[in-house]
Amino acid sequence: MYKTLKKYFPVFVIPTLAAFAISFAVPFVMGVYLSFTEFKIVSESNWVGLANYIRIFTTDETFLYSLWLTVKFTVVSVITVNIIAFSIALLLTKGLKGTNIFRTVFFVPNLIGGIVLGHIWSLIINGVLGYFGVDITYNPDYGFWGLVVLMNWQLIGYMMIIYIAGIQNIPDNLNEAAAIDGASHFQTLIHVTVPMVMPSVTICTFLTLTNSFKLFDQNLALNGKAPESSLLALDIYKTFYDHTGLKLAQWHGMGQAKAVVFFLLVALIAYVQLRATRQKEVEH
Amino acid sequence: MKKIISVVSAMAILLCMFTACNGNGNTDKTNSPSGNNQTVKEIRYLNFKPEIAEAYDEIAAEYKKETGINLIVETAASGTYESTLTARMATSEAPTIFQVNGPIGYTSWAEYCADLTDTELYKHLTDKTLAVTSNGRVYGIPYVVEGYGIIYNKKILDNYFALPEKATEYNSADEITSFNALKAVVEDMQKNKDKLGIQGVFAATSLKTGEDWRWQTHLMNIPLSIEFRDKGIDFTGEGYKTIDFNYSDNFKNIFDLYINNSTTDKKQLGTLDVTSSMAEFALGKCAMVQNGNWGASQILGVSGNKVSAEDIKFMPIYMGIPGEENTGICIGTENFFCINEKASDAEKKAAEDFLYWLFSSEKGKKLVTEKLGFISPFDTFSQDESPDDPLAREIVKWMNKDNITNIPWNFTVFPSVHYKDKYGAALLKYAQGSITWDDVKKVAVEEWKREFGA
Repeated sequence: MYKTLKKYFPVFVIPTLAAFAISFAVPFVMGVYLSFTEFKIVSESNWVGLANYIRIFTTDETFLYSLWLTVKFTVVSVITVNIIAFSIALLLTKGLKGTNIFRTVFFVPNLIGGIVLGHIWSLIINGVLGYFGVDITYNPDYGFWGLVVLMNWQLIGYMMIIYIAGIQNIPDNLNEAAAIDGASHFQTLIHVTVPMVMPSVTICTFLTLTNSFKLFDQNLALNGKAPESSLLALDIYKTFYDHTGLKLAQWHGMGQAKAVVFFLLVALIAYVQLRATRQKEVEH
Repeated sequence: MKKIISVVSAMAILLCMFTACNGNGNTDKTNSPSGNNQTVKEIRYLNFKPEIAEAYDEIAAEYKKETGINLIVETAASGTYESTLTARMATSEAPTIFQVNGPIGYTSWAEYCADLTDTELYKHLTDKTLAVTSNGRVYGIPYVVEGYGIIYNKKILDNYFALPEKATEYNSADEITSFNALKAVVEDMQKNKDKLGIQGVFAATSLKTGEDWRWQTHLMNIPLSIEFRDKGIDFTGEGYKTIDFNYSDNFKNIFDLYINNSTTDKKQLGTLDVTSSMAEFALGKCAMVQNGNWGASQILGVSGNKVSAEDIKFMPIYMGIPGEENTGICIGTENFFCINEKASDAEKKAAEDFLYWLFSSEKGKKLVTEKLGFISPFDTFSQDESPDDPLAREIVKWMNKDNITNIPWNFTVFPSVHYKDKYGAALLKYAQGSITWDDVKKVAVEEWKREFGA
């Protein structure tokens, strides 16, 4: 058995490895390399060392702004998405009438693509703001909260499904034991349900965190390219494509450097977050 | 430790793979020019204008029939030309013919632009100053002349001039030759909008980011062109890298007129696009819209269109700059053919031949005027070989008017999309009332300087 495996292992490994290398590893390494260069097209570049990194943190005016905006957006949406999704999941596991319909209704927005969602919400939000004689560009806060609402609408359904699965997995005897011990509903929630769904919390916060941090198409469709509502991913895109002229190579390099910093941040946050919540999980 | 070593070595291998690919790519490129004697089988062209993508299929078929060379035309989706070009240039099938949008666009791609000084096509260029040059050599040849101004609906204006309650002394659109006249007529028309059956004089001033080029680029061109003319700046030096925006009050004049006499409240302009403005004009909801001759199809092609071709006219954009009674509409181009310097000599020659064929042979010229709808800047075209749409005819008319100087398209030296977006965003905020005009002026001047790094 072991021998056969050893003999045929390239057949199984090579296709996947090749796909991984071609579509992920090579572009990734190239991307990191290009962030230390100035280039117009990817196959011809000039090494400039750390210059791009220095530029994005000093002379570039948009990077730190959109980084901070992204952090704010991520914090707000992680909290709102998870709290609302968890509450809905609790409601929809109580055996209410029409539970299945509600689950479907809440899940459906997740099936719609980001660009479409962005345009739908831009119509809705501008329709409402139109009554007050303004539109979403009037105040950067409108753009921000519009994006939060959109993000909630899209992600709540998906997170809800994960929480429902988690809640249904809680053995009935735990709830019964709590009830016999005289725990109130609130106490059962805090001391039984929440610890038992910690694995779901881990996966849900992880998903919302990375999804919000990497948000791009919804941002583009809802806020256009309005400079004050651009999150990090959109800012990278604009750095790369919206500059022409003599310094094109430099802007390309800076866009690449921003993308690398972006990757490091996503990786770091995800890692820390994953470790932190893992420790709270209860074995059962 | 072992793990780290294996990760590092894996990375190193990948890096080698990458540099190896890179090396191969380069040798391919250096090898190809040696194959000079080979016959070229195909020319690749990256087209900028999606609206005429289909016309190129016909041109390709015709050229194949005549010469046996395949013309492969790829069209970049609207607003993605630079990114598509960036991606295609890195491949082995890089476009042989591409385009830049002027002197600034040229600097982006300078090392990819072949010297076109000795080409037949350049020799036939009517106005040699239109070409993109650097150190006395030609690198980009304009292939279409376009124009923009205030497009007005003659029927609605005539209705206004016939109104008994009209409060101005003007009786025809031709009498409007200054900002004061325009302002008086527009404001009086706005007062009488219900009698004229319109919702506002001007179509909505679309200020959505990316849809605001009619103001941050086209309208901005006028005060800056006059400023460059006053200062004697000719774009070969460094003079254009700073601006004073001396005519900012004039810009404000016309911009205020647009946003205060429009179909849409000025606080709700931030989400509107050009297409909807053009539709308003087409449906007769407004009498004027600022746009160019490419907009003719957007007017006549809208379903339910209420404007007939003979009522679509151009008027210069007056903003109160001294001497404006003798200025015309803005005529120029931002489309310049370039030939890829990195292609083989045979390919370059084939590309030159194709371009010359397109703009000089009988068949080519017919395709250009009828299918592409270009007003061509070459002397191979006679007066009557111009396209048959109302705004193109208006441009030819303005070009041939005595005592009228048309304004060139100097926005080709505007620094970048980033600059335009910033300025557009400032205009939007001004329209919404959250910043003052002085702030707008400051953005215009300072961002310009910053983008040029001066």
